[in-house]
Amino acid sequence: MNAKLKETILNPIFKGNPITVLVLGICSALAVTVQLKGAFVMGLSVIIVTGLSSLVVSSLRKTIPNRVRIIIQLVVVSLMVILVDQFLKAYAFQIEKQLSVYIGLIITNCIVMGRIEAFALGNKPWPSFLDGVSNGAGYAMILIIVAFFRELLGSGTLFGFQVIPQCFYEAGYMNNGLVILPPMALILLGCIVWVQRSIQKDLQEK
Amino acid sequence: MNTNSNLYTIIYSAIIVTLVAAILAFASQSLKPLQDANEKAETVSQMLTAAHFAEKEELNALGNDAILTKYKENITAAFTINAKGEKVRDLNKGTESLEAIELINNLKPQNDKLKKNDLKTLELPVYVFNQNGKKITVVPVYGAGLWGPVWGYLAFNDDMKTIHGAYFDHASETPGLGAKIKDEPAFRALFDGKTVKFENAAANEDVFHILKAGVARDEACSIDAITGASMTCKGLNGAINNWLKAYIPYFTAAHVESNETTEE
Repeated sequence: MNAKLKETILNPIFKGNPITVLVLGICSALAVTVQLKGAFVMGLSVIIVTGLSSLVVSSLRKTIPNRVRIIIQLVVVSLMVILVDQFLKAYAFQIEKQLSVYIGLIITNCIVMGRIEAFALGNKPWPSFLDGVSNGAGYAMILIIVAFFRELLGSGTLFGFQVIPQCFYEAGYMNNGLVILPPMALILLGCIVWVQRSIQKDLQEK
Repeated sequence: MNTNSNLYTIIYSAIIVTLVAAILAFASQSLKPLQDANEKAETVSQMLTAAHFAEKEELNALGNDAILTKYKENITAAFTINAKGEKVRDLNKGTESLEAIELINNLKPQNDKLKKNDLKTLELPVYVFNQNGKKITVVPVYGAGLWGPVWGYLAFNDDMKTIHGAYFDHASETPGLGAKIKDEPAFRALFDGKTVKFENAAANEDVFHILKAGVARDEACSIDAITGASMTCKGLNGAINNWLKAYIPYFTAAHVESNETTEE
């Protein structure tokens, strides 16, 4: 694998993470991170949508009329999102119900359109696909980290399984109600950005 | 080729859009049976939860088939009634075929008829369950919340006025606020044991109240609304009242009938 391709895959995971560095897709990151299961499916859906949309747009990039390119991109992205939604409705109904409007809102997730405009329009299909997938993965990773803490501290469970033993509750431990609410997701996200910026000094503003 | 000419742009857009439409139509058609099965199991599990056969999460964990089996084991009758409370058609056809369970999308047209007071063709579903020898009657309610429809099921005891349990769902209420009508078990638990005052209907008053805390009320037929979800609760209140009032003729008849059987 050449260095450029490796950079395409690794950059969005940490150095150029769409959520913590580019601050895209925050809305859904706050909304669907109450439980790990939801965050996991949401992350997976975004990976599929970004990957396939970038792949399709990149394959069509030489034929797309420049004046209507945003509309064509939007049509492709909508197609992928609706397909994912339909599949979830058929095979993961309860999760789809839980994620409700947020699956449909992937269409408006800036990561998808952003990567198509910035990368897929100027690159070959295979690198574009990888770029889409790894940007989705960078998004999913942050979602899962946030959801891990929110589910653990807010409900005492992970993936729906109780991990904080019952005797803790009997001894007076209580789930933190604040963690369930969206503001705490923002605070957690802020902590992640803080950690990343202290590791990666070049992100710090002078 | 000049990809910027008008003709090219129009033809290109038309082809892409038609292609995408075809793919979506195909996907929608081929996934429909599975989606319908999920929808049906969801409807049934909401009814079973309202009637306190099990909690919603337990039922979800069981899977579609087990939910339908549980329904078949416990249902004694399912049919629709007209505005006079008379039976119109059977929904279960010998409890074996579940083809005709009224899905939530079928409640909307009935709700429109209720709103327009067009009672001639009104058909309201009634589900009668047997819970350890006790007769539980489940009826749906449907109405407008803040952002979209809200609906639910109310389960009634033998006396046809005491609420045995309730379950609510919504299409797009605000998560954390209006969505609590579904997500907060404590909210639906408030309904248990409350009595619907059907006699209020004659005076054109509400038969059940969802009220802000502190408002003077008749405790027996009122519950507290959810803080921060006034509009959703108002919508739900309307849904419950509109639908329950339409059921009055049936409920009155069914009450008399069950009294007669006990006397025998």
